[in-house]
Amino acid sequence: MSNAELVKLSAAQMAEKIRSKEVSSRELTQAHLDVIEAAEPTVNAFLHVSGKEALAQADAFDKKLAAGDTEGLPELAGVPIAIKDMIVTKGIPTTAASKILEGWVPPYDATVIEKIKAAGMPILGKTNLDEFAQGSSTEHSAFGNTHNPWDATRVPGGSGGGSASAVGSYEAPLALGTDTGGSIRQPGAFTGTVGVKPTYGGVSRYGAIAMASSLDQIGPCARTVLDTALLHEVIGGNDRRDSTSIPAPVPPVAAAAREGLKRDLKGVRVGLIKEIGGEGFEAGVAARFNEAVKLLESMGAEVKEVSLPHLPYSLSAYYIIMPSEVSSNLARYDGMRYGLRVMPPAGVPQTSANMMAYTREAGFGDEVKRRIILGTYALSAGYYDAWYGSAQKVRTLVIDDFNKAFEQVDVLVSPTAPSTAFHFGEKTSDPLSMYLGDVATIPANMAGVPAMSIPCGLSDNGMPVGFQFFAPQRHDEAMYKPAAALEAALEEQWGGNILTKMATPWLNA
Amino acid sequence: MATFTREEIEHLADLARIALTDEEITRMQSELNAVADAIDEVQKVATDDVPPTANPVPLEAYLRPDVAVTPLTQEEALAGAPATDQGMFVAPQILGE
Amino acid sequence: MAEKLMKFSEAVKRFDPVIGLETHVELCTNTKLFCPAHIEFGGEPNTQLTPVSLGLPGSLPVINETAVDFAIKLGLALHCEIAEWSQFARKNYFYPDMPRDYQISQYDKPTNGNGYLDVELDDGSIFRVPIERAHIEDDAGKNTHVGGADGRIEGADHSLVDYNRAGVPLIEIVTKPIEGAGERAAEIAGAYMRTLRDIVRALGISHARMEQGNMRADVNVSLRNKPTDPLGTRSETKNVNSFRGIEKTIVYEIRRQAALLTDGGEVLQETRHWDEATQTTAGGRVKTDADDYRYFPDPDLVMLHITKEHIERIAKDMPEMPRERRNRLQKEWKFSDLEMRDVINADALDLIEDTVKAGASASGAKKWWLGELSREANAQGVSLEELPITPADVAEVEKLIASGKLNDKLAKKTVSGVLAGEGTPDEVVKKHGYEVVQDTGALEAAVDQALADNPDIVEKLKSGNMKPMGAIIGAVMRATKGQADAKAVSGLVMKKLH
Repeated sequence: MSNAELVKLSAAQMAEKIRSKEVSSRELTQAHLDVIEAAEPTVNAFLHVSGKEALAQADAFDKKLAAGDTEGLPELAGVPIAIKDMIVTKGIPTTAASKILEGWVPPYDATVIEKIKAAGMPILGKTNLDEFAQGSSTEHSAFGNTHNPWDATRVPGGSGGGSASAVGSYEAPLALGTDTGGSIRQPGAFTGTVGVKPTYGGVSRYGAIAMASSLDQIGPCARTVLDTALLHEVIGGNDRRDSTSIPAPVPPVAAAAREGLKRDLKGVRVGLIKEIGGEGFEAGVAARFNEAVKLLESMGAEVKEVSLPHLPYSLSAYYIIMPSEVSSNLARYDGMRYGLRVMPPAGVPQTSANMMAYTREAGFGDEVKRRIILGTYALSAGYYDAWYGSAQKVRTLVIDDFNKAFEQVDVLVSPTAPSTAFHFGEKTSDPLSMYLGDVATIPANMAGVPAMSIPCGLSDNGMPVGFQFFAPQRHDEAMYKPAAALEAALEEQWGGNILTKMATPWLNA
Repeated sequence: MATFTREEIEHLADLARIALTDEEITRMQSELNAVADAIDEVQKVATDDVPPTANPVPLEAYLRPDVAVTPLTQEEALAGAPATDQGMFVAPQILGE
Repeated sequence: MAEKLMKFSEAVKRFDPVIGLETHVELCTNTKLFCPAHIEFGGEPNTQLTPVSLGLPGSLPVINETAVDFAIKLGLALHCEIAEWSQFARKNYFYPDMPRDYQISQYDKPTNGNGYLDVELDDGSIFRVPIERAHIEDDAGKNTHVGGADGRIEGADHSLVDYNRAGVPLIEIVTKPIEGAGERAAEIAGAYMRTLRDIVRALGISHARMEQGNMRADVNVSLRNKPTDPLGTRSETKNVNSFRGIEKTIVYEIRRQAALLTDGGEVLQETRHWDEATQTTAGGRVKTDADDYRYFPDPDLVMLHITKEHIERIAKDMPEMPRERRNRLQKEWKFSDLEMRDVINADALDLIEDTVKAGASASGAKKWWLGELSREANAQGVSLEELPITPADVAEVEKLIASGKLNDKLAKKTVSGVLAGEGTPDEVVKKHGYEVVQDTGALEAAVDQALADNPDIVEKLKSGNMKPMGAIIGAVMRATKGQADAKAVSGLVMKKLH
């Protein structure tokens, strides 16, 4: 099997070849490092490639496998993975794509990284993102743009554009992302890959650099629903180092995905969200979405429209809660303990306060500064009740809406984003239109419910369209079954994974 | 409807410890006004009878046993610091209150 | 520039002072409030840190169970309402010693609210201090200022930051405005602080050593013309770390504000500092909207749920409170109110109790600690506790006296020896040969000699006039170089005369 064929397998298939000793973890890891070398000039998904460490981890796993010492390891053991550079990795530079953290080498591992390491999964490197995960295009990275592997003139989405592009371009079979308002799902939609935001608290946030703590959630990125489910089970579960971690085991998501592959959705009630769609959604997006809904119906799903009346307010509430928490979470980047320090220019008193102000001015990009200022305003005395307080009330209403909807249906569905991947620079000048692109993904973060995006076809412009499932809190498995079923039905129509329709010149090198 | 004056943004920048340039302040004024207008909307539904939700998934605090773990070494703690001296982090002049 | 002051007696005649105290008590938990870093006073800098207490990106706080238990204990002792649901909030401000540039504290949902503390004043009366809240929060690191005079922040060139203290749990006890204190404002504040200190020590939740900064207070003072007026503008004197300092701050602020108001001036809402060297408070920063802390519920923490069962579990193990203990000990020791107050004021309660436990009589223990040893501590400028003598040593001296081995004079010499570091009382006695003459032969010889030398006194004694007995004892003492027991001497004399 050639390297090009090998890296195009799903992670589950790769794991099988490792277990049957057709391929070693080292060979698999090396194959991906080779693709990274060939593809990076085109996609630029990585901020740091940790090849040496990855190969050492692969060797350690191969040794264990040879010794028959792999009991208790998860199915994905030995399969390499890429990590969004928003997640802390001991000994490997972690920057959040910000100048303010450039060169920082953490002295500890995030809980999910400990789990990945314990699973014997080699870490290929750290992927690009919008600075501190703030953006929807990865254009706000301090270290350059990541390109969409489908069309290098277009953005990969964001903030997790690096992880999505790495998976989409076969640089990695799996990746971790973080999702605060859609940062896993929207890049998934833009790159024709699968991205999951688990229930809030389903995956430990310990070691995920905080953007907006009450919205942030780590989740899996892959090319198939089953792969995301398998990775979800590796990283999920209770962690006593995160006070917001749910004290329960990870839901049986892989079993649900496998169940879905049977393509039988009889008895599954699917709700179309009345408030997401229509105006502002591109025709090609709407068309692919509607066709996919028909496909769900054809597999026996019962589809009906459901109203979540407060959903339109969740975008506004999000743009209060998110910057408020950002303003506080990013206070610690002050030039004292790690990262950048910039002293004030001559003529300005050389005080600690001024050092902090000039460090933060130089170290943060425009989008981050904008959000910090807005959040500082929203929390300041006299505005708290009107802003943050009100936004938290909207959150109550949105959660109530979801609860009521899930009394009527098992899963909710919508397009993941109003558009397909846009061109570089198209939306940077107008933050509001960029924010509106998150209208379909934000409600899940506001309500803490799990949601995922899977590809459902190509729009008229040849770019992938994302189909989003929502499930009730703590019942992530509920969305995996119909998602896997839809994926199987679509792949049958396409004659394979959607990515087979994408040109991959870097694999022919 | 919220509008941001220059002075207001300067004050916020001071609270947030960011030495914004004049040009940034001007730009931010218009950008923030646009966002602020959009979010005035929440007050339409955030009535008195609605309780606020801080954490989307309702949990009560786990209380950690009072047992120590191995701490970071001094070397690890200081490794990323811009300036250190005698095992401590160096802060430029702190003005008294 | 020296500020104008009004005579205190005049100030409290013309104005009604209202005080308030915000006391920070450092809890003596094993690990920090939000992370499992071990806490130790005086360790190497920056060696008691986890990623959480260093504020590293990605780190998250988790509440320490013992800190919550301690807060409940204090809440019970202060008769507070203990909230079933309390919440931690972020207090946002930038400072180099703050690892996250926000403090995690409690804001509108504190664990303890609405209590009181009864304090006993010098005249034995009880004053009830109303408590607004007692909330949990974490401490900041420590700055060492370099390049200025005496390590002061003013004029320093830069500072060195040690984050070991960052994250140490604190409870802040906030009183409601203390009204009706009048001229006794300072006394009430002092008594409140001492009582609070005794309570947290009795509860075992803090070492409460003011000199180590385990306990420090912000002192608020305002004046108004009469008790029915609304509260006046207050000054806030920060981080006063001695009982005397707190009392003096209140007297000073009352005098300063009275002079200011009488001259038609205005009290500024400002933070001030007590300066031990000049015995004055110095003006600081006027409160502005720069004090906009942007409090909001910490999204990294969820609601703290304290169940009835949890409170009951803590209540079952509550130790005896200081005032109950004092009453019990007073009865056991048969001390008068006045004697007991002297003991309390001398901070000698624990020491006397331990001395009694070690075998001494209560009156004997009190005599030493409030007499000789208090004088010694005063002379050295240290507390009784800090003297190099233990309650066990004192009890041993008392035993030697009771058994007749030491007389008062030798006992004092023995104690001096212990204080000088010469060893235990036994060792000192042996080293110097302090023991009283037990050899009756030698003593009898000395008595015979004294009687023979003073025939006129012998006559008086025989006729029942006991007054000159002292002269005989004195003579025997001289002959035995002080090592005779006075009682034994007078017994022998009486025997020989009859």
